[in-house]
Amino acid sequence: MIGGLFIYNHKGEVLISRVYRDDIGRNAVDAFRVNVIHARQQVRSPVTNIARTSFFHVKRSNIWLAAVTKQNVNAAMVFEFLYKMCDVMTAYFGKISEENIKNNFVLIYELLDEILDFGYPQNSETGALKTFITQQGIKGQTKEEQSQITSQVTGQIGWRREGIKYRRNELFLDVLESVNLLMSPQGQVLSAHVSGRVVMKSYLSGMPECKFGMNDKIVIDKQGKGGASDEAGKSGKQSIAIDDCTFHQCVRLSKFDSERSISFIPPDGEYELMRYRTTKDIILPFRVIPLVREVGRTKLEVKVVIKSNFKPSLLAQKIEVRIPTPLNTSGVQVICMKGKAKYKASENAIVWKIKRMAGMKESQISAEIELLPTNDKKKWARPPISMNFEVPFAPSGLKVRYLKVFESKLNYSDHDVIKWVRYIGRSGIYETRC
Amino acid sequence: MKADVDVFANVTQSKDGSKNRVWEGTKAITAPCSPVTENRQFGSKMTDSKYFTTTKKGEIFELKAELNSDKKEKKKEAVKKVIASMTVGKDVSALFPDVVNCMQTDNLELKKLVYLYLMNYAKSQPDMAIMAVNTFVKDCEDPNPLIRALAVRTMGCIRVDKITEYLCEPLRKCLKDEDPYVRKTAAVCVAKLHDINAQLVEDQGFLDTLKDLISDSNPMVVANAVAALSEIAESHPNSNLLDLNPQTINKLLTALNECTEWGQIFILDCLANYTPRDDRESQSICERVTPRLSHANSAVVLSAVKVLMKFMEMLPKDLDYYGTLLKKLAPPLVTLLSAEPELQYVALRNINLIVQRRPEILKHEMKVFFVKYNDPIYVKLEKLDIMIRLASQANIAQVLAELKEYATEVDVDFVRKAVRAIGRCAIKVEQSAERCVSTLLDLIQTKVNYVVQEAIVVIKDIFRKYPNKYESVIATLCENLDSLDEPEARAAMIWIVGEYAERIDNADELLESFLEGFHDESTQVQLQLLTAIVKLFLKKPTETQELVQQVLSLATQDSDNPDLRDRGYIYWRLLSTDPVAAKEVVLAEKPLISEETDLIEPTLLEELICHIGTLASVYHKPPSAFVEGSRGVQHKRLPGSAGSGESADSPDTGSAAGVSEAPPAVIPSQGDLLGDLLNLDLTPPTTSGPPPAPSSGMQMGAMDLLGGGLDSLLGGDLGGSPAMGAGFGAPPTAMPASFPPPVSGGLDDLFDLGGSVGMPMGAYSPPKSIWLPAMKAKGLEISGTFARRAGVIQMEMTLTNKAMSIMTDFAIQFNRNSFGLAPAGPLQVLTPVGPNQSIEVALPLSTVGPVMKMEPLTNLQVAVKNNIDVFYFSSQYPISMLFVEDGKMERQVFLATWKDIPNDNEAQFQIKDCHLNSDAASSKLQGSNVFTIAKRTVEGQDMLYQSMKLTNGIWVLAELRVQAGNPNYTVSLKCRAPEVSQCVFQSYEAMLKN
Repeated sequence: MIGGLFIYNHKGEVLISRVYRDDIGRNAVDAFRVNVIHARQQVRSPVTNIARTSFFHVKRSNIWLAAVTKQNVNAAMVFEFLYKMCDVMTAYFGKISEENIKNNFVLIYELLDEILDFGYPQNSETGALKTFITQQGIKGQTKEEQSQITSQVTGQIGWRREGIKYRRNELFLDVLESVNLLMSPQGQVLSAHVSGRVVMKSYLSGMPECKFGMNDKIVIDKQGKGGASDEAGKSGKQSIAIDDCTFHQCVRLSKFDSERSISFIPPDGEYELMRYRTTKDIILPFRVIPLVREVGRTKLEVKVVIKSNFKPSLLAQKIEVRIPTPLNTSGVQVICMKGKAKYKASENAIVWKIKRMAGMKESQISAEIELLPTNDKKKWARPPISMNFEVPFAPSGLKVRYLKVFESKLNYSDHDVIKWVRYIGRSGIYETRC
Repeated sequence: MKADVDVFANVTQSKDGSKNRVWEGTKAITAPCSPVTENRQFGSKMTDSKYFTTTKKGEIFELKAELNSDKKEKKKEAVKKVIASMTVGKDVSALFPDVVNCMQTDNLELKKLVYLYLMNYAKSQPDMAIMAVNTFVKDCEDPNPLIRALAVRTMGCIRVDKITEYLCEPLRKCLKDEDPYVRKTAAVCVAKLHDINAQLVEDQGFLDTLKDLISDSNPMVVANAVAALSEIAESHPNSNLLDLNPQTINKLLTALNECTEWGQIFILDCLANYTPRDDRESQSICERVTPRLSHANSAVVLSAVKVLMKFMEMLPKDLDYYGTLLKKLAPPLVTLLSAEPELQYVALRNINLIVQRRPEILKHEMKVFFVKYNDPIYVKLEKLDIMIRLASQANIAQVLAELKEYATEVDVDFVRKAVRAIGRCAIKVEQSAERCVSTLLDLIQTKVNYVVQEAIVVIKDIFRKYPNKYESVIATLCENLDSLDEPEARAAMIWIVGEYAERIDNADELLESFLEGFHDESTQVQLQLLTAIVKLFLKKPTETQELVQQVLSLATQDSDNPDLRDRGYIYWRLLSTDPVAAKEVVLAEKPLISEETDLIEPTLLEELICHIGTLASVYHKPPSAFVEGSRGVQHKRLPGSAGSGESADSPDTGSAAGVSEAPPAVIPSQGDLLGDLLNLDLTPPTTSGPPPAPSSGMQMGAMDLLGGGLDSLLGGDLGGSPAMGAGFGAPPTAMPASFPPPVSGGLDDLFDLGGSVGMPMGAYSPPKSIWLPAMKAKGLEISGTFARRAGVIQMEMTLTNKAMSIMTDFAIQFNRNSFGLAPAGPLQVLTPVGPNQSIEVALPLSTVGPVMKMEPLTNLQVAVKNNIDVFYFSSQYPISMLFVEDGKMERQVFLATWKDIPNDNEAQFQIKDCHLNSDAASSKLQGSNVFTIAKRTVEGQDMLYQSMKLTNGIWVLAELRVQAGNPNYTVSLKCRAPEVSQCVFQSYEAMLKN
């Protein structure tokens, strides 16, 4: 297991050092500084073995976090733990910076004592930790409070504390997607996938039981079988096939595996409920139609049409089209119908920006690129045209069907909860070859 | 409210905050009134950093005074200063008594700080540490469970013998504490105590208490107990400490659903050490572990993958669930690639192992391993490795396009690896070789030094894999001779020059230029240079005597390197005593190079699979290589498969199965060359391959060329053997390829056979026969036959409807059979078959279906369904259907194999009334992929040596004796799986007579 944990600043000075195992000597702190932080050549692996001691490190801005061990530990777990530790620290005192760490070093030691015991990660959910690691002492607690804390820390629902109360029960659901595309010049989709996240922010009283439903094809098909057949056919069209998804630890995985239902008791505040990937029937918000013509050896004519492919009532924002130009470009003249376009010599590209664009519209840019004659035999590789945008819908087609909240002990019902849902689709790597 | 908006802005990452939020829904945006603003202000603590800055002299003294102050606040401040000094590495052990004095406090923060100090310094001040014992013991009785736990947790970290004695009683109580928080802490404390004093833990009976905790009602207690027990068990490899039985496994699986993410990891890692009793238990565990694949924590996912990969070994491959499981593994592995880069790295290192063990899981996922511009270098390099492993004919075009892209990047290591990868693609996918070579040539044209060198190294391997194909590029390579400064590239270039000395006009000049700085070269280059010059000499003896003598003396007399000297002496002796042998040794046909390089050795791979997710899987080394002491020395193995598991592919074979299933070695050593060749897919259809004659002819001629040169060499200080010189006077060029073969040699004159292979004729296919009479099948008559067409086995059937009604909905299924034949697609009967109508169907078959030995071996049980009923029949296929196109064995290998197979395995048969001459027989057989490797004539009897390979990798060697005028042939068959001989013989008879 983890033998020790060190935090260094960018100079390699130790800010925090906590040793959990006897096999880690004091020289380990220096070994990492000398061989990794001060190494002449940048280290090329997040795992380094120095004299039979293994160092795992992650960097947050200019702070180094390193875990040390002499055993065959679960490497994935160590990294997950380091990330978790960053989350916990951020939740307690904000950004991980040298100043913040120094200001909170006592707190950090206290946290490290709690979340790592003999190198074994223990409960590290901020929700639970904040109930008893407060830097205020725990003198005033009653016996009931104490046992509530311990049962929560060790319990099945370690991520939420009891007795949360809100005047107004409210939850926010964000479906955030990034859509990736590689398209041939002829408009054939070479590869496309959406990676999405469902981020939830909940302000709910008590220990609410939630059920989240989306238009998952497997669920819809299953329901369709039981219900009327024509309805199934209708909804079948709108359902989406999810390639893979992962869930926050609050979700009951065995239930998802057997019934494909997503039920959970949410942490308080903001967290990521799930991540997913889809590759089928993706709505591509934009289509890029390139036309590149070489006029002689010193001129290129480029025409690019973009078409928005969604409901006319919706607006896409922050649209940016990046048209690469050859290295020997000497001058560019651009005419565009909408937005602003500029040739950026330093980036070897024409950058065309449009603030907003409604659905089912199209716009066009044409450019004349003058080239310097070169002896270079190598042909210009024609990098793809890339695009950035943001649209108010989910390109995967994912729809939230419901998010039901049940809290039997308190007197509020599903109807009393104010729920917000929004969809944001962004471009990931969205490229069209030309 | 403001803070809340900020938090939210983080989620959407919209630069302009809440203004432009795009909402779907009709409700107005109102800021939630919530207490999320827990971004506590550390007003009073903003000064903690000051503790880091005290560097005054007399600091210790000052601290001492502060620690003994009456004011609580001052005390606390002082302790903080002490801890800060401790952190930065200052020795503050002198303050021990003063700090310990602060321990008696009800301020928990202060207490924790003092404990932290104690953990650090107790070992250096054991006597003083005793002072703390009382407080610990008292704290273990505290009404507050958090304090009880804190005390027991800290006590376990104080590694002082005297303290551990006092620890036992409190620990015993805490293990049975009513509060789960205390119990879970006590469980870990047992492991701590064990680390200090193992005997004590055993004597005190803590291990039994710990075992009891596995049944605890609280999942976290269970998880920590499991972690502690696993660790203790690791240092007692043979103890039965973690005696996992179905009951405990069940408890663990229940706890798995309920405990924290970390607890799940402990439990899964522990489960991976269990060996299920049978495949059913294995399956039921797998079923309960698979939900973990959707966990957001990558470590949980990887540990679940480990359990599944291990237990899968026990599942029969024909089980439906086995296939389901394989399919379930791919998506989570792909998802791991969207984690943070460090985790991606761990995941990729593990995927590298998984791909080697079970390539089928990710074979369709090539694209996700394409390198992204922003990937850190360590992710890029790992992705590249996996891309090569997954490269196949299906995706090679895409892969090559990517690799070419990568070869122009900035990072030197990455570019090198990309260039190397192109070479590996060429070797792995023959169809791509040409494109790879031209890509490499393009890259050489860039003149980027390291790209050129890397390209030359891989081209050398391509030459070896595909001799006589791409040598035209040698000229281009020679142009870059001067720019090579790396030993590996120099060595590769020297190898190429030596190997193709006969085609490079100035080979001697080139090698000579290297020889000038012989002693400055690295050993690798020296060795290669020595060999290359000896090769050159054997090929062009006249002009190069001086050179060879020079290099031999450099290597033997002027070098301190024993390897070099030894090799030098061996060559020298060889050349002096027996130039023919020298020729045979030095210019021997080289073993094929394996298409997969850098494969991890199978037993290590198995062990590493058992360590998925851990450091061992990241280093690709067994734990014993980097863990000290007794921990991890135990070697883990995958469980053996049950029933029709591993050996299912060829159940009817003995040793042959073993040989053919051994994974290819990285570069086959001479010793197991045979095994590797048997296993390798030799180059596909050999019908168009170059005839082997020229090389053997050249060999014959060259043997004599030696004479002159050698004689004079030997005439020198070495002294020749008297047998030499006799027939060697002839001028070098006088011996053409038509040198008459020695008559006496037995199998040796096999080599004499040129490429006299007749035109291939179509594969033999028996005439159609009725398999299913209409009477038995409610009017459906099926007649059919089997054929091998263009490498595909087909079942060709005529379906005749002799009933009165229309037949539709045809489907077909096979029972398990000896060679795993299975329909490669559905039965294509597109139109209904009307009464008295016939329809011809060809059903392509694959050989990857489930396997069961049938009696007779080639029996195939078939079920055909139509709209009326299901009908069963069985038929026998000629085994010649299974002869694959690449069944031509190299001659040497044939020889060695023939000798290697015990005589007991030889079977002899007579074929009567066959009126073909040997050439006609040979070409007829070739049509069915029976390849004639050699022919010789002894006393009017033609002996044909033939080889064929079955789809499951079994080789059959044959000797066919044909005597002119005698219509009776004799076939002798040798095979490691003698069961097939009878079938092969029947096929011979059928093939020859039709």
